[in-house]
Amino acid sequence: MAENIDLVETAESTKTYLGFWIYIMTDCILFASLFAVYAVLHNNTNGGHSGQTLFSMPYALAETLILLTSSFTSGLTILAARRNNSKKVMLWMAITFFLGGLFLFLEVKEFNHLIQTGNSWRVSGFLSSYFTLVGTHGLHISIGLIWMAILVFFIFRNGLSKKTIKGLTLFNLFWHFLDVIWIFIFSVVYLMGHVGL
Amino acid sequence: MIYFAGILGLLNVSAFKHDIIQNVGVAVMGLSAIFAILIITYMKKWKWLFTEWLTSLDPKKIGLMYIFVAVLMLLKAGTDAGMMRLQQSISVGNNQGFLSSSHYQQIFSAHGTTMIFFAAMGLMFGLINIGVPLLIGARDVAFPFLNSVSFWLFVAGMILLNTSLAVGEFSGAGWLAYPPLSELQFSPSVGVDYWIWSLQIAGIGSLLSGINFIVTILKNRAKGMNLMKMPMFVWSVFGSMTLVVLAFPILTVTITLLYLDRFLGMHFFTAGGGGNPMMYVNLIWAWGHPEVYILILPAFGIFSEIVATFSKKRLFGYTSMVWAIWAIVLLSFTVWLHHFFTMGSGSDVNGFFGIMTMVIAIPTGVKIFNWIFTMYRGRINFSSPMIYFMGFILLFSIGGVAGVLLAVPPVDFQLNNSLFLVAHFHSMIVSGVLFGYFAGITYWFPKIFGFTLKDIIGKYAAYFWIIGFIFAFVPLYILGIMGATRRMNHYSNDLGFQPLFIVAGLGVGIIGLGLFMQVLQIFVSIIKRKQLQDKTGDPWNGRTLEWSIKSPAPEYNYAILPEVKYRDQFWEDKQIRYKMTKKQFKNFNVPKNSYLGLVIAFLAFCVGFAAIWHILLLFIFGIVGILIAIIYRSLDENTLKMITFDDLTQEDKLRLKGSN
Ligand code: HEM
Ligand SMILES: [Cu+2]
Repeated sequence: MAENIDLVETAESTKTYLGFWIYIMTDCILFASLFAVYAVLHNNTNGGHSGQTLFSMPYALAETLILLTSSFTSGLTILAARRNNSKKVMLWMAITFFLGGLFLFLEVKEFNHLIQTGNSWRVSGFLSSYFTLVGTHGLHISIGLIWMAILVFFIFRNGLSKKTIKGLTLFNLFWHFLDVIWIFIFSVVYLMGHVGL
Repeated sequence: MIYFAGILGLLNVSAFKHDIIQNVGVAVMGLSAIFAILIITYMKKWKWLFTEWLTSLDPKKIGLMYIFVAVLMLLKAGTDAGMMRLQQSISVGNNQGFLSSSHYQQIFSAHGTTMIFFAAMGLMFGLINIGVPLLIGARDVAFPFLNSVSFWLFVAGMILLNTSLAVGEFSGAGWLAYPPLSELQFSPSVGVDYWIWSLQIAGIGSLLSGINFIVTILKNRAKGMNLMKMPMFVWSVFGSMTLVVLAFPILTVTITLLYLDRFLGMHFFTAGGGGNPMMYVNLIWAWGHPEVYILILPAFGIFSEIVATFSKKRLFGYTSMVWAIWAIVLLSFTVWLHHFFTMGSGSDVNGFFGIMTMVIAIPTGVKIFNWIFTMYRGRINFSSPMIYFMGFILLFSIGGVAGVLLAVPPVDFQLNNSLFLVAHFHSMIVSGVLFGYFAGITYWFPKIFGFTLKDIIGKYAAYFWIIGFIFAFVPLYILGIMGATRRMNHYSNDLGFQPLFIVAGLGVGIIGLGLFMQVLQIFVSIIKRKQLQDKTGDPWNGRTLEWSIKSPAPEYNYAILPEVKYRDQFWEDKQIRYKMTKKQFKNFNVPKNSYLGLVIAFLAFCVGFAAIWHILLLFIFGIVGILIAIIYRSLDENTLKMITFDDLTQEDKLRLKGSN
């Protein structure tokens, strides 16, 4: 158990890491565009509700804390992987998956609530951009969940190898990135919406 | 609003009903496809096609397939251009011409979209695929499989666009589909959705290619080739791909939002409901202006290689060229507003963007002077690539001066949306982008096929293109000043436009001759390939690494990876009568073929088609299929094959023996 996995990077894996970083950057630009759109449209309520009346701070805060915790637990998978402890890796993965799933569930519930109370995306430019920005983040989270499931399957089947550890590292990058994006969503959409900026 | 309706969504019989001209188009395309299929079957070439080409991960082959598709699209969109020119030459006064206004709208939209996304981008990615690995002394790109996915997504987008000819109709909202016209309220048919999804699919392919080539350039260079020793073509691709990575996500977002407006009834760009159509115009040009530099930078790079090679001189001002490229990359994000000076920004904002636009002309001017200084006192070989280059310098400078003129906001208020603008951007994009890629194809053709193109026919082709261009577009500058607006399918007789329109029509005929010559050139060269054979691997007395290996280049490019000390390594080697140093041959891996790129692109096509026609089941099938394909690929441990000494070409073996 104690032997550490050799993490020396091969030429191939540095390429993958660089490529993935660049991909993350393109995703950053994608979100930046959506934020810009939200910034332009967030006052265009078209006679409907504004963020001030629609968003509940405690709810958004709960979502934030759940996602932050999941980021932490997903970081722990890497530590466990370094020690070549595949059981721990799977445990932390399971917890991360659960937290991510819970986050997604809360988000869908919030969306559903908004739609049920007559505040769907068809009401105003503000709501269109809200649903799209937050929904795109949610879509990324769903992809992350699928990715996690596949990784766990791999580790379960093949144990920890260079390949699975590479996958784990890339996944972590992705997941932390989504965390950062959410911090921005929390600040720009919920906090600023709450104070009516 | 209909989200999903039944098994077939919105698709029904009326989607297949067209007028006579469209039917002819569909028939021509359908018959050519059937003809091609029959020929391949008759010659029993399916297996060969599948194993040697369609599933290949060799970037040279992928590059060739890009160019093949792009040339088809060039011919198709060129036909569109011919139809528009014919219409405008005859549709005066009482004569309505042969195109209805709605059909005319679809034609200019299809022409612009096809030319930019499938002709120009295809030629560009084709040449990048062929050139970059060879020029940096590499065996492959960083992610060969991803490269094939990119290519097939490009093809899927292309097929989707052309499907609109037979099933439904294409967008009539111009090549950039400005709202509110492109919103459901004013464009209720599926046309705009076809536009959105063919760009979306091809655009994602481009984005992936952008990532792939940046990593290739940063990680796969030959030993000793530091950044400042890279050939100028590689620098220009680096700049262009950086722009792809920065700009294409904006396109993805913008057209997705337009689709959400149309499909889910959102209000991003609608005129009412709290939407903001101006925001679309800003977003699309935040991608669109960089896009024109994405297309032109690699063409600049090709000209840099060609001018140095054919003048037998080192490229003048290498460092300033590099700076110019990165200045352009940076500045191209600061000028987008010059596309809509007239849309209410106020004079301060207009002034700023006008000045920035003039500033971006400076690095471009630096490059032009560098090329001219490279030629100065060179021993110039006026082969067809150089003819294209000379045509480029002439026409591009005219177009550039017109561009600087348009950058002055008060002038733009007069000329905006006129044919003057159309003449300007065609000057840039035909003489810059197309000529650059034509020259590049001629230049690298022998490295890929092992024989050169018959130069004399190439020269005729180049002259026809240049003269044809002058006839076709100089009248448009004049017409623009006379007040002729763009996108006009009919005008009144007393405006006096007709003579100039007829001249422009003749010009397109001459360009057509140029195209014919290019096709002829390929056929003649294939027939005479024995005489034209490139025995040395270095037909132009070249300077860069790719000319050090035999032609046609083998799948693995370099049996032994080269090492680099100088910028023009191969040239220096030739000066000192370079002898092979002793090097041990080591086995190496190249990627195996994979058909999954094809599969993923087919599924992406299904997703696009389903999204256009609101077919739920097909949509789910596509998405789930793509996921499964990706997972399947990542499970596959066995994606490489080994190249041993026995696999090398005869020539590589001899060379290795000689050096050992
Ligand atoms: C080969 C010679 C070409 C000819 C004769 C030609 C001709 C034309 C004509 C007649 C129009 C319509 C002008 C109008 O609005 O009335 C047009 C528009 C356009 N062309 Fe070309 N073209 C050529 C090549 C290209 C190339 C190579 C590209 C790009 C790579 C291109 C991109 C466009 C675009 C973007 C438009 C605007 C479409 C719109 O209004 O939405 N063209 N062209
Ligand atoms: Cu521009």
